[in-house]
Amino acid sequence: MPNAIRNFSKFRYLLYELIKKDIKLKYRSSVLGVLWTLLEPLLTMIVLTVVFSGLLGKGDDNFPVYILCGRLLYSFFSAGTKTALKSIRKNSSTIKKVYVPKYMYPLASTLSSYIIFLISLIVLVGVALYEQVKITGAIFGAIFPLIMIFFLTLGVGLILAVLDVFFRDLEYLWTVILMLIMYTCAIFYKVESLKSVTNEWIFKINPLYSLIVNFRNSIFGRPLDMYHFWYALGFSAAVMLFGCVLFFKKQDRFILYI
Amino acid sequence: MTEENKLENIIPESAPAEVTAESNTAPETADTEATVESQTAPVTADVQPTVGVPEAEETGATEGTGEKPATEEKKKPKKKKKPAKKVIEIEGLGVRFNMAEQKVDSLKEYFIRLVHRNLKYKEFWALKDVTFSIRKGDRVGILGLNGAGKSTLLKVIAGVLKATEGTVTVKESVVPLLELGAGFDKDYTGAENIYLYGSMLGYKRDFIREKFDEIVKFSELGDFINVPVKNYSSGMRARLGFSIATIVDPQILILDEVLSVGDAKFKKKSANKLKKMMKSGVTVLLVSHQSDQVRSICNKAIILEHGRLIASGKAEEICDQYEEMINKDKQN
Repeated sequence: MPNAIRNFSKFRYLLYELIKKDIKLKYRSSVLGVLWTLLEPLLTMIVLTVVFSGLLGKGDDNFPVYILCGRLLYSFFSAGTKTALKSIRKNSSTIKKVYVPKYMYPLASTLSSYIIFLISLIVLVGVALYEQVKITGAIFGAIFPLIMIFFLTLGVGLILAVLDVFFRDLEYLWTVILMLIMYTCAIFYKVESLKSVTNEWIFKINPLYSLIVNFRNSIFGRPLDMYHFWYALGFSAAVMLFGCVLFFKKQDRFILYI
Repeated sequence: MTEENKLENIIPESAPAEVTAESNTAPETADTEATVESQTAPVTADVQPTVGVPEAEETGATEGTGEKPATEEKKKPKKKKKPAKKVIEIEGLGVRFNMAEQKVDSLKEYFIRLVHRNLKYKEFWALKDVTFSIRKGDRVGILGLNGAGKSTLLKVIAGVLKATEGTVTVKESVVPLLELGAGFDKDYTGAENIYLYGSMLGYKRDFIREKFDEIVKFSELGDFINVPVKNYSSGMRARLGFSIATIVDPQILILDEVLSVGDAKFKKKSANKLKKMMKSGVTVLLVSHQSDQVRSICNKAIILEHGRLIASGKAEEICDQYEEMINKDKQN
């Protein structure tokens, strides 16, 4: 274990460089550059508001903010897992030639998505102020879902990165699974308002939905929902643990397949 | 390492008695090895796993019956001169690849084959029972034909590939010049890649910043340093890679046929740089097909054939043996 820490500290500059590279290259050839981090969620929010604003009733939460909460969290999860999934294969030429702790690649890609996500939260603050949503002390509860979603994404990302080395199909399969996750996140509607919820359990087992529920609760000044809190915490921790074990067990075999 | 020892290592021809090598497996080499072995010499290369314990000199436990007298002689000079520290120790190293007869990398195919119990692998040992050690300041040439396991061996030493069996101990920092610029990102400019590649080699940020100008100057890229690497010629890329990798004085330098970098001018420059490094006592591992290159740079050499270490010892003798081997092949 002390060995692993020493190794990490030796390569922490690499982690920094990899994150910088991801963010820099993402916006390099675009005119607006990093502004897109803010514009993209804002524009999607407008589109979703225009199309779906009838889905929430009068007494419900402010619709644009409601959408934005769900969308920001989901898009981080989606972007983070997608880049982590490809991270090992994308860097295969380096992995074959230079020794670097391999977890650096999925870790760096998840972290860079996370940083972009944190920046994009500015949009949420802006829209919440503009729509005059009352912010209370409950806002500090948002810290929990924000931390948990990072570990959930990293854990899933590690598992996907390992599996993708051995099975290339995963990339396509994962986009389909992401779609299922997106629709069970209730980004632009309320689960309670669905006319006949035949499969309510599917929302209950989606950890991302649990995170979004509690994130919204904090933004709109409500206390955290304890079922969703514990479920998300347990799920994130389990996935993170499993991801690490799987990754470290299989990492020596990567080079034979990439 | 003592001062004399260092000097003698640099000019092996002038001090043949210093050259230290021992090899026990290959019967065809036994004769030459015996003579080499009776010298001052710390054991550099033990071919048999059973012998390859670090304290071989102390116990005098050289395997084989005919070599007992040699142990006497070996003990004496040892008192006079302390042998250099072992920096790389390899014991019983084996690397196995599972070559699937057909590549299965889609889920569907995998399950179909799993159900039909059709997941056949062909085992292939890229390296098997390789045992030797390298002392500080040694310059070891690794000879062998294509597919002999040379690059696999270097990858294991560089830490990129894990051994299937056996142990590999590397005690000092390794700078691999395996494929120059392998860690470059093609969309990144040369300047940005200096930081990226440098951090991959484990250099600190401040250190890279400090050496930045030196790297740019040595690579002779000039204004091209701010151009994305994808627009570089392969020579430019290799020059930049070489400049970054050699900016520190590594303790162990791994060269995999990279001595032909860039144009003639840069080739000379890089050769000079390497020579300078070697003078400072760096340990070098050089992979080559060409025995004359090994002769000019190395003081020791090993030959690999089909993943096995078949000979090790003084560079000159091993090169002769290697040439003989090749000529024999030609005749066949």
